[in-house]
Amino acid sequence: MTLAAQPSDRTPATPSAILPERGAGDRVSALLWRHPNLLLAALLILPLGWLVVVYLGSLSALLLQSFYSIDEFSGQIRREFTLSTYAELFRPANLDIIIRTVAMSAAVTLGAVVIAFPIAYFAARYARGHWKALFYLGVMLPLWSSYLVKVYAWKLILAREGIITWATDGIGASAVLNGILALPVIGGTSLSTSYIGTWLVFLYVWLPYMILPMQASLERVPQSMLEASADLGASRWQTMRTVIFPLALPGIIAGSIFTFSLTMGDYIIPQIVGSSRRFIGQAVYQLQGTAGNIPLAAAFAVVPIVIMLIYLTIARRKGAFDAL
Amino acid sequence: MPAAVEFQNVSRHFGSVRAVDGVDLSIAEGTFFAMLGPSGSGKTTCLRLISGFEQPTGGMIRIFGQDCSDVPPNRRNVNTVFQDYALFPHMNVRDNVAYGLMVKGVDKRTRHDRAEELLALVKLEGYGGRKPGELSGGQRQRVALARALINEPRVLLLDEPLGALDLKLREAMQDELKALQQRLGITFVFVTHDQGEALSMADQVAVFSEGRIAQIGTPAEIYEKPRTRFVADFVGSSNVLSAEMAASFGAPPRPVSLRPESVRIVDDGARIRGQVIALRYLGAGTRVVVAAPGGEISVFLPKGSSVPEQGREVGLAWDDQAMHVMEQG
Repeated sequence: MTLAAQPSDRTPATPSAILPERGAGDRVSALLWRHPNLLLAALLILPLGWLVVVYLGSLSALLLQSFYSIDEFSGQIRREFTLSTYAELFRPANLDIIIRTVAMSAAVTLGAVVIAFPIAYFAARYARGHWKALFYLGVMLPLWSSYLVKVYAWKLILAREGIITWATDGIGASAVLNGILALPVIGGTSLSTSYIGTWLVFLYVWLPYMILPMQASLERVPQSMLEASADLGASRWQTMRTVIFPLALPGIIAGSIFTFSLTMGDYIIPQIVGSSRRFIGQAVYQLQGTAGNIPLAAAFAVVPIVIMLIYLTIARRKGAFDAL
Repeated sequence: MPAAVEFQNVSRHFGSVRAVDGVDLSIAEGTFFAMLGPSGSGKTTCLRLISGFEQPTGGMIRIFGQDCSDVPPNRRNVNTVFQDYALFPHMNVRDNVAYGLMVKGVDKRTRHDRAEELLALVKLEGYGGRKPGELSGGQRQRVALARALINEPRVLLLDEPLGALDLKLREAMQDELKALQQRLGITFVFVTHDQGEALSMADQVAVFSEGRIAQIGTPAEIYEKPRTRFVADFVGSSNVLSAEMAASFGAPPRPVSLRPESVRIVDDGARIRGQVIALRYLGAGTRVVVAAPGGEISVFLPKGSSVPEQGREVGLAWDDQAMHVMEQG
């Protein structure tokens, strides 16, 4: 009131209710304010175009290819709709590849959950300041170096002449290592030529993808909820099982989508470390390359997609996303 | 009979911060006990010391005569209504309420029946199947209350349970909580920063200031006979007259508390005169601030009395009994 009663030198007697426009920026802002959908369209056109054309387009091309078949005499692709290529997946040799890959993906995911949980829990509930920074650095650091370098490094670590054999010899535990390697199916002549080795390398390479979403979901669980559980008489273990785990489940599922699908699609790790038996990724790589059987390669590539869809449907049914 | 809760020289220090500093208190069984104070005064820490979420750095806490210093929260027969309610979002209302029985291993049918009984107690019949996210703030509060009562605790702790509710709902819940406490006969320990809430609900009030108890007493004692300037000011914003002013009005030369509603505006026989510097309309009446020699004095004029204009000089009068001599300034 006093301001209006005493006009200053700078402003005219009655200041305008509308401020002057400051050039093109204000005009664009005003346009977007009047038409909010315009802003949304401008934001989405590029990523949506990418998603539809490149992503969904190539995916449907893949799907289409999988319904073609290959002429066994000429090696030419027959462009007619058929399910015979899918039927080929159920040949014992191909079915073995699928089962092996799914089993490995499940084992890697399970291992990742077990190892990632304490780390994520510590980071979410206890780490503050420098410790938090150290956690992020520790989790991300392995992602900065080349994937191939890491895999070959692991090959050396796991090799018969490698540091693990040397260390177990040193502490007199070579009997334990030999016992593990003598296990049927997952054992082998050395860690680097066994499924155990493949599993270890997968676990190492994909672990950050489990830790980060898990940590994010644990961080969203309020302290008061844990206190409420203890207050009502729950032991630590009961609180873990009935409150923390269900609330962290969306993060665990998100992490498992990464570890599961990344393992199913990988063709390099099982080629470098492990028993030379093939995984889906390797089968796809060989079928589309040397064998030139694009339809079967496509059919193989559809398998992980179908498995992921089944997995997510079950997770949803079981209420894994109820806490979202 | 031992007290429901007893603190003996209890302290909780966080590094150099003395959140609770040498508190002694004794809460008799069956009382509605309010811990009142501004934020950071140590009242919530005291509550957490009873529930076991904080451990004392000194002193001893007894619950029904038993030393609880080494007992974890899940083994204390006390339950808490949390400020943010802390309902489990992945469980429906019935499972939330039955949680305390579930972790004890009570079978599903029994605990669900009991949960329904408690939902009826808090007037939420038929809400068992809903998720907490589908309820209003007031309903969530009731669920939190039912959940905390299912284990039949001997002491119920309430951490600012009405803080997130709007005024109308808060007043209704105040009445309900009070009625519930009287019906169940268990000890309620209630933390609040709202002095009106503490005065209207509690049998006993402890006023906290800087980690210590400034005064414990019945609401009437706290309001009418504040021991310190802090209590006088925090509970009902009293006028505090300096020792010299008190002496000039015939009281002992010590700081004196004078409630605004005890002061009258008069033409003749005024103890002191001053100029009206502010008027605040409060609905039920008007608060008039008068600048008198020696300090400002607030006057509460009930609805219907004539309100002086701002800037006018007025005379103030009050009875001798209205002046309460405090122990400290």
